[in-house]
Amino acid sequence: MDLSLSDEQKQLQDAAERFVRDKYTFENRRKIAATEKGWLTENWAQMAELGWLGMAFSEEDGGYGGGPIETMIVMEQFGKGLVLEPFLPTVVLGGGMIAKAGSKAQKESLLAPMIEGKKQFAFAWLERQSRYNLADVSLKATKEGNGWSLSGHKGVVYNAPSADHIIVLARTSGSAREEKGLTLFVVDAKAKGITRRDYPTQDALRASELTFDKVSVGADAVLGKVDDAFGVVEDAVDHAIVALCAEATGCMDAINAATLEYIKTRKQFGVPIGKFQVLQHRMVDCFTNAQEARSMTLMASLKIDDKDSVVRRKAASGAKVQIGKSGKFCGQSAVQMHGGMGVTDELSVSHYFKRLTMIDLMFGNQQHHLTRYSNLAMAA
Amino acid sequence: MDLALKPEHKAFADEVRAFARANLSPATKAKTFSGKHYDKDDHIQWQKALGRQGWLAYTWPRKYGGPGWDVTQRFLFENVLAEEGAPRIIPFGPKMVGPVIYTFGTDEQKERFLPGIRSSEVSWCQGYSEPGAGSDLASLRTKAVRAKDATGDHYIVNGQKTWTSFAHWGDWIFCLVRTNPEAKIQEGISFLLIDMKTPGVTVRPIVMLDGAHHVNDVFLDNVKVPVENRIGKEGEGWTCAKFLLANERLGIAEVPSSKRGVRSLKDIARAEPMDGRTLADDPAFTAQIADLDLQVQALEMSELRALSTMALGGAPGPEVSTLKIRGSEIQQRITELTMEAVGAYAAPYQPGLLFQDTNETPVGPDHAPPAAPRYFNFRKTSIYGGSNEIQKNIVSKMVLGL
Repeated sequence: MDLSLSDEQKQLQDAAERFVRDKYTFENRRKIAATEKGWLTENWAQMAELGWLGMAFSEEDGGYGGGPIETMIVMEQFGKGLVLEPFLPTVVLGGGMIAKAGSKAQKESLLAPMIEGKKQFAFAWLERQSRYNLADVSLKATKEGNGWSLSGHKGVVYNAPSADHIIVLARTSGSAREEKGLTLFVVDAKAKGITRRDYPTQDALRASELTFDKVSVGADAVLGKVDDAFGVVEDAVDHAIVALCAEATGCMDAINAATLEYIKTRKQFGVPIGKFQVLQHRMVDCFTNAQEARSMTLMASLKIDDKDSVVRRKAASGAKVQIGKSGKFCGQSAVQMHGGMGVTDELSVSHYFKRLTMIDLMFGNQQHHLTRYSNLAMAA
Repeated sequence: MDLALKPEHKAFADEVRAFARANLSPATKAKTFSGKHYDKDDHIQWQKALGRQGWLAYTWPRKYGGPGWDVTQRFLFENVLAEEGAPRIIPFGPKMVGPVIYTFGTDEQKERFLPGIRSSEVSWCQGYSEPGAGSDLASLRTKAVRAKDATGDHYIVNGQKTWTSFAHWGDWIFCLVRTNPEAKIQEGISFLLIDMKTPGVTVRPIVMLDGAHHVNDVFLDNVKVPVENRIGKEGEGWTCAKFLLANERLGIAEVPSSKRGVRSLKDIARAEPMDGRTLADDPAFTAQIADLDLQVQALEMSELRALSTMALGGAPGPEVSTLKIRGSEIQQRITELTMEAVGAYAAPYQPGLLFQDTNETPVGPDHAPPAAPRYFNFRKTSIYGGSNEIQKNIVSKMVLGL
């Protein structure tokens, strides 16, 4: 057993730390969030240059042979800076599914340019009734000549406004909520029949509601096997969950550091408020929560490529439960200890709090993953 | 002892309900149930209607123009109005400065200020906190120096107040100021009423984390305040301050609106789809609602017990701090569970739907847009009115003698 980072991994961590320090001061981040697309082309180009867009993919797929640990290292730093570039939807989800299920031609036409920073993706799985059930899909794809025709609705599709391609989860057979009968399609974001309604999210990202009205795609748009996408999707989402957990640990470190600094400097009753035991103990609980979050994230990152799918799923859900719990505790405590300043837009603490809150709601909150973990653990 | 209502109380509740239905604007009511922010008119039109009826200052004794209601009537009044979707009464006039004026003020001051508060013709805001004086309120530094000129005796006030809710709508502000820098810190404070139109008063908005603007900084730069605007003796402002804070703590338990919040949470759970059924069919979620429901009942009964003690002639004691603590925690829990009930559709941020009159439609279900912003915004409830940490210090010291 060895839980230390390799030299290459340390260099990656340094580079990501430097990126965040240089590009994501709080004031810079505010400016980036206020731009129309909500992220910067030059930052994306730099990520490509630094090799981050390809680091988690195998060399035969055009990547650099890393894996979940590399993703964890970078995502953690992104969390510290509340980075807005669409790494999760494009690289972890889109790239992940193409690497796992894509044909040689799809890897060449989609994954290779993505690694170069020339293509972005969005993953459209959620529908109004889905809640956190990945199989609750009613958008229909029906055979049309050699190809397919897609009709239906997808909601809260992150990065849809900027994506070149939308990866759509559609029902090709089976009944509502059946895992069998789902198929993935890679659809040109500008395809005829797609209507987009774009909006910002609470945590300054961009997303869209998408309506598909008889959108025609060729047979080559199918990613993986027809009717058999559920396993690919579940695995990609579990990888995304672990990446999100790493981002959350970065957020928690940053929000805890800001709070610690604040209670050391803010004076009331003639002393820094950090002299009061009730705040000292709460700060210790924040620190402990962040430690537990880091531990569960590391464990999940080490297990998420395990051969056994039960191990993988338990790892992702277990970490997500911890992140939900710790993120809420650190976020709420940071706001409370900052007093009135904590609920203003002016300080970074409220922005970390909002991101941590939204991370809990992505791909299933704490309660959802506790149930999922419990079902997996009891079945074993 | 009896929990059941007497017939005259039932008739009273019917009267309040009929009044609300006849006088509350449908647009304002709709905002309550959709979670949209009220504008100044929503509040003032409603408060003026209550004022005309003699009900705005509903906690006041008859002697000062209040209705002189008993505890049960107050309880029914608050609950019926919350059920009918009325905005909460902005407390700074009728609940805060009004009782201070009739308790500590001179006859001239009562005559001058109470009618405008009862009718809502005059809007008030609160100048307590300062950038350096939050939890440690008594360390406030806004200075008031006595000066005399041809127009009479004055204070010249300099300093900054912060977290001032509705200062941008306020006609008057009541302020704690330091009149004697030499005295022990709580003894050098006086309670002044300041006309917001006086030269030297500047209001600057503070934007909250959900994008809302309710609170402000208030700068006081050589503001000339006539000595007759001081309530109580010079140097005795802290007595008024404490009296007012105890009233504030009682009011901010917000039980009626929490009951409305739990009802609305149940409705949302029944409407939110989950696995072909609804969230209300998920026992893990409904158990959390039930737990909250019980917490609200405990809080309500505790508040009723405190009120019935007061009805027997007691003033609100330090134990009301526990109501503020639990009241704020419950309000926060309601917003938290509501957001979790909404799930992924809590993510879209649609400020237009929260703050403006707009034709914009919600991205998700109608109940989704305010869910996350309310959760974020309501973190303030355990901070304002004396943070919960301070409330626990009060209970520990004053009630438990630790």
